[in-house]
Amino acid sequence: MIVRVIGEGQYEVDEGLVERLNALDRQALDALERNEETELDRCLDGMAKLVREGGTRLSDDVLTPSEIIVPPSDLTLEETRKLISEQGFIPDPPVRA
Amino acid sequence: MDGLIGRFTNLFKAWISRLLDTAEDPSVTLDYSYERQLELLQNVKRGVADVVTAKKRIQFQSDKLEGSVVKLESQARQALAGGREDLARAALERKAFAQQQLQGLDTQSAGLEQQQGKLVESERRLAMKIEAFRSQKEVIKAEYSAADAQVRIGEAATGIGEEMAETGLAIERARERTEQLQARSAALDELVESGTLEDFTGTSSSSLDRELEKIDSNQLVEADLARLRGELGAGAGAETQQLGQGVSR
Repeated sequence: MIVRVIGEGQYEVDEGLVERLNALDRQALDALERNEETELDRCLDGMAKLVREGGTRLSDDVLTPSEIIVPPSDLTLEETRKLISEQGFIPDPPVRA
Repeated sequence: MDGLIGRFTNLFKAWISRLLDTAEDPSVTLDYSYERQLELLQNVKRGVADVVTAKKRIQFQSDKLEGSVVKLESQARQALAGGREDLARAALERKAFAQQQLQGLDTQSAGLEQQQGKLVESERRLAMKIEAFRSQKEVIKAEYSAADAQVRIGEAATGIGEEMAETGLAIERARERTEQLQARSAALDELVESGTLEDFTGTSSSSLDRELEKIDSNQLVEADLARLRGELGAGAGAETQQLGQGVSR
């Protein structure tokens, strides 16, 4: 399956990796709830590393959708919180005048 | 509750569907998407320029503070030489504060450097995808009547849509960081201008400067007094001698 790590690109990974990604993801959510920046950092780094090391990087000129999207590894507590809030914080696509 | 991965995946999907929602005709979708890609590429370039500007501003503040550190050090030395340990202490305290601020600016500058690197990388990847999209879109348009054209359009547009969302996010994150730094930087400027750190600007004559000038002028007065005393003493001695000579005569 194709996984995108934000800030790093797309990877082809084995389905089996998803289980381990989810485990780290649950720990990341816990860290977020307990306000633990260092722990959140560790989990985000771990997720990106898992994909990076367990997958094969797709070329940058490939146009293919990803099945799952892994958050950037350098996200702060504050940014993460903002992202999982109602709105998220990706600004709208540029609008044609 | 969704995990972070689920949340991000949904966030991106929603963003892309907003991007693609605008046109029903697939060939219009392709052209429209391409236009927006180019706009986004311009935005990310502007984002890089903004970060560079913010870095320059921080560099300017750092230079000012470094000048202050040197100045305060020499003021402390001058004060100590004049026997005013209290003033020397005040100057050194301010110097320590300025050094602390300098360190903070260094960290901020490094953070901006990172943001810049990420934006440049994002720009590079987006440019590559746009190039791939541009060549594919002509092929797809030519094959539009074919049954799989729709699917391919969807894939290409979604594939590049992710890159676009990612670039949008990178721009937004850099913008937020830069704004935070600018707010902090403005606060530091205000501290300087309000006179709290007036010694750091070197633009106004501070109380420390005035005290040091006082030491200087006191020293001048003392030196002048000593000179006068010396002259008087020499004069008086000569007179006594003359008187003595007069008596003996």
